[in-house]
Amino acid sequence: MIPFDYQRAASAAEATGLARDGATFIAGGTNLLDLMKLEVMAPSRLVDINRLDLGGIEDTTGGGLRIGALVRNSDLAGDPRVRSSYPVLARALLAGASGQLRNKATTGGNLLQRTRCYYFYDTAMPCNKREPGSGCQAIGGATRLHAIFGTSDHCIATHPSDMAVAMRALDASIEIEDSAGNRRSVAISEFYRLPGTTPHIETVLKPGELITAVLLPPPGGTRQAYRKVRDRASYAFALVSVAGVVEMADGRMKRVALAFGGVGPQPWRNAEVEALLEGKAPSAELFEQAAGLLVAKARTQAGNAFKVPLLQRVLSATLNELTKG
Amino acid sequence: MKTELTVNGRRERLDADARTTLLDALRVHLELTGTKKGCDHGQCGACTVLVNGRRINSCLSLACMHEGDEIVTIEGLGEPDRLSDLQQAFLSHDGFQCGFCTPGQICSATAMLSEIEAGWPSHVSDDLDRTPELSSTEISERMSGNICRCSAYPNIVEAIKEAADRRRG
Repeated sequence: MIPFDYQRAASAAEATGLARDGATFIAGGTNLLDLMKLEVMAPSRLVDINRLDLGGIEDTTGGGLRIGALVRNSDLAGDPRVRSSYPVLARALLAGASGQLRNKATTGGNLLQRTRCYYFYDTAMPCNKREPGSGCQAIGGATRLHAIFGTSDHCIATHPSDMAVAMRALDASIEIEDSAGNRRSVAISEFYRLPGTTPHIETVLKPGELITAVLLPPPGGTRQAYRKVRDRASYAFALVSVAGVVEMADGRMKRVALAFGGVGPQPWRNAEVEALLEGKAPSAELFEQAAGLLVAKARTQAGNAFKVPLLQRVLSATLNELTKG
Repeated sequence: MKTELTVNGRRERLDADARTTLLDALRVHLELTGTKKGCDHGQCGACTVLVNGRRINSCLSLACMHEGDEIVTIEGLGEPDRLSDLQQAFLSHDGFQCGFCTPGQICSATAMLSEIEAGWPSHVSDDLDRTPELSSTEISERMSGNICRCSAYPNIVEAIKEAADRRRG
């Protein structure tokens, strides 16, 4: 690890004030410290935000939930309100990492975790995300974990989170505070940036801005599921995952929200697919059509082309599960 | 960096570089070498300790972030003449071969049983709201953050099952 200055902040104002000139916030640290040991990341200062009062889960007046940025993944998955009203989120959290990591990893940190692209991790390799302008060895390389949607000629990395995929299907928004104490809220659909020519810029967060909470809208009368396919039964990143939230009325799908993990640089959604399904009665033919539409614009590499048929099957299976009976 | 924390019930004062992980502080500064360094990247679980009652990977945490925390390591769970129930169960069931992962396995299992008592579901739980059964599938899933290169898994699972059954009476 490259030496850094360590500062423990007592308030959000102190934290955002300290987050200048190459500083990084640290909360759980499970991803950041790993990357610092490898010198993939080398912040000049760590601003420890663990003492901030951001660890609560509260009901909102609108019937939703406000999840503090420091709520640990295990506490969020174990919260009775999340288990009963947002099971897709509990399931996604439980499908990620290990018991030890979930005890430490936070809500805000999970949103901001970095890709597990092998080339990003290997400092002997060029990588546009780690070292802007140096090139991308993943393109044409080993791409089993890589994206098929939203990629560019500069980067094909995936966002690794399960939690964020569920939050995208739930239309979460992210509360952010700046160093002047101003708070703004950003829809998760607007929070992540596509790689384009600047894959090192991953979100709309400005320097010094701190995530303070994630807001979930009321769940409504929805059925929810999270289905994840990975290379081993536990403790592995998604090859493909689907978070589904469906509201049924009179045998038809009144409202459909589908988010996909392991396939894009951000939790992926496709409005056309949802529009195709909404208002219709579930059927195998319709699901097949939706799955075909989802992958129509996929851009694959030799090593990740398997994700196209896999994603279609996982989507059909998830829709079957959500609409049966 | 000066840090005060409690380790196995004893107040300890550390004065270490900010880069010092909790794992290195325990092993090198406090000479508690029961906690093992395996991968040093949070993938193997050999460094698992309890912090304020919860299991974490001590390799992925800085010692200076633990001001005021209560740490329990394998040494704090029991000693040769007064083993914890899980330590005894690992011995009875031969839940190891080389033993390198064992301190992490036992610390992890200790906290994992508390997590089940608290009603936390897991990825393999059918019902998110019901208290989970302690099946082999549940144990394997909940222990997936601890790797055993000797592959003593069947005996590890049996050891954990026995300790849990005894606690339930």
